[in-house]
Amino acid sequence: MSKKVLELFQKELQVVNIGLESFAENLQEEEVEVIQLDWEPPAGGDEELASILDSLMD
Amino acid sequence: MAKRVKIKENNYYDSVTLMSIAKDIKSQEGIKEVVVVMATPHNKELLENVGLLTSEVEEATPKDMVIGIEADSEAEIAKALTATEEALVAKRSSDGDEKYRPRTLDSAINTLPEANLALISVPGNYAPKEAKKALKKGLHVMLFSDNVSVEAEVELKELAAEKGLLMMGPDCGTAIINNKPLAFANVVNEGDIGLVAASGTGAQEITVIIDSKGAGVSQVIGTGGRDLSVEVGGLEMSKGLKALAADKQTQVIVLVSKPPAPEVAKKVLTEVEQIDKPVIVNFLGGKQELFTDSKAIYSSNLEEAALKAVALSKGEEYQFQEFSLDEEKIEEIVNQELSKYSSEQQYLRALYTGGTLCDEAMLILAEELESIYSNIPLKEEWALVDNGVSQQHTALDLGEDEFTQGRPHPMIDPLTRTERLAQEAEDEEVAVLLADVVLGYGSHADPAGELAKAIKSAQQKAAARGGHLTAILSVCGTEADPQNMAEQVEKLEQAGAIVMPSNAQAARLATRIVKEINN
Repeated sequence: MSKKVLELFQKELQVVNIGLESFAENLQEEEVEVIQLDWEPPAGGDEELASILDSLMD
Repeated sequence: MAKRVKIKENNYYDSVTLMSIAKDIKSQEGIKEVVVVMATPHNKELLENVGLLTSEVEEATPKDMVIGIEADSEAEIAKALTATEEALVAKRSSDGDEKYRPRTLDSAINTLPEANLALISVPGNYAPKEAKKALKKGLHVMLFSDNVSVEAEVELKELAAEKGLLMMGPDCGTAIINNKPLAFANVVNEGDIGLVAASGTGAQEITVIIDSKGAGVSQVIGTGGRDLSVEVGGLEMSKGLKALAADKQTQVIVLVSKPPAPEVAKKVLTEVEQIDKPVIVNFLGGKQELFTDSKAIYSSNLEEAALKAVALSKGEEYQFQEFSLDEEKIEEIVNQELSKYSSEQQYLRALYTGGTLCDEAMLILAEELESIYSNIPLKEEWALVDNGVSQQHTALDLGEDEFTQGRPHPMIDPLTRTERLAQEAEDEEVAVLLADVVLGYGSHADPAGELAKAIKSAQQKAAARGGHLTAILSVCGTEADPQNMAEQVEKLEQAGAIVMPSNAQAARLATRIVKEINN
């Protein structure tokens, strides 16, 4: 129980940032290793298509 | 007046970046309105409200950017459009062209193989999918996005529990992991007090008080505001509590939340019984009776929770202190303020950017005052008729949806509050302004500076009517925060504000003054 969470507490925090880029910039200022994902709405923003693709992925 | 709408297809930028660019352009002379947004259904409504919705925009997708400008002349529009385009280009190049930005989570993990947490803040309708992907890859998740369904929240938290991972959020604004602030959080000393928090500004206030008293924080695990609802059942708080119980660095645990559903409160308190470390619980406004025969240590507000934690961490006795300042000094302040009001002045207006800070203040005010009207009222009968108009004593959480439609949260952009303060300043019955200034990462670079100007002008208006406006503030921040705490406090004091060491003390001083006026 909680093993992975305790592991996180013992290790250096390293972050994948998905969304607001300012959050990644702030983490860099605090010397956290962070990688910013070049995220954009999936499937051209077509939510219906996105949901079909999503269910195919599962 | 001239208008122009330009669409940039397949050009995604996040909303905070776009709002900040739009704000800069809007401040230029001759410009009436600037909207720079992605063409989501919600943003199309916003464009319609300001008369910038065209048939082309209606056809655009959330991957397309819309720049809408209204200005005095075509020439001004052309200038603003060029400035916007330049700002967009500058933003991308300042991020560093040399920096690789992967397009998928898989390639991000390939690049950063030791990645252990995903911080997700994409629009709510896309967020659960991204969170699920991250959990499946074995990453802990902090999900900042709101507008995620409760069903999706339960599904994500169950998946995370299965995998033994943290699922902080949705709607999780604050966390500190391994002394690193995530999203909206302060830079605080490292120490042995661990928090599990269903409230972002609640966690911020507690951690900065801990810091100011020379103690420190091990971890702040955010849960999102809905975690202690019946539907979610405190899944994340329970996991966080167990993790902190097992963490060697953590010696004292603080749980903070708005009052949970009774059965969930009971469940949390039952779990506390199994923990060997002292656990302080602040269910803001929750009943003390819940804690009868419980091992959990009750605290009535954020300040008390923080001070009890500090006392336990240092092996000292907790003692309630109404004010850090001497009683004599407090009386002097109260009398000084009372001597300056005109006969009409009697009401308090509290303008908050932090929701939980607003709650804490209202709970303290309500101990002494008959009613506190609000957009997040403590009692149903205290709901404002119109959130745009204050009634008698009013406290507002300006971070609520009704105030943030189409504009940034007031912790990011002080405009919503400074505008409301200007409105309150027109009311000759207002005597006391109570407000918070939240520092730390995520917040505006100079919140006190913007607010100080608005306070000064409100005070001048009151003085012109032969009265006085008392401004009582607290600054939720530390010396290590990026904004420079001392400078922020100084700006407020120079504007004539009284700056108290905590939100609870600010609320107590405001209560004292308002009560005296009405005596």
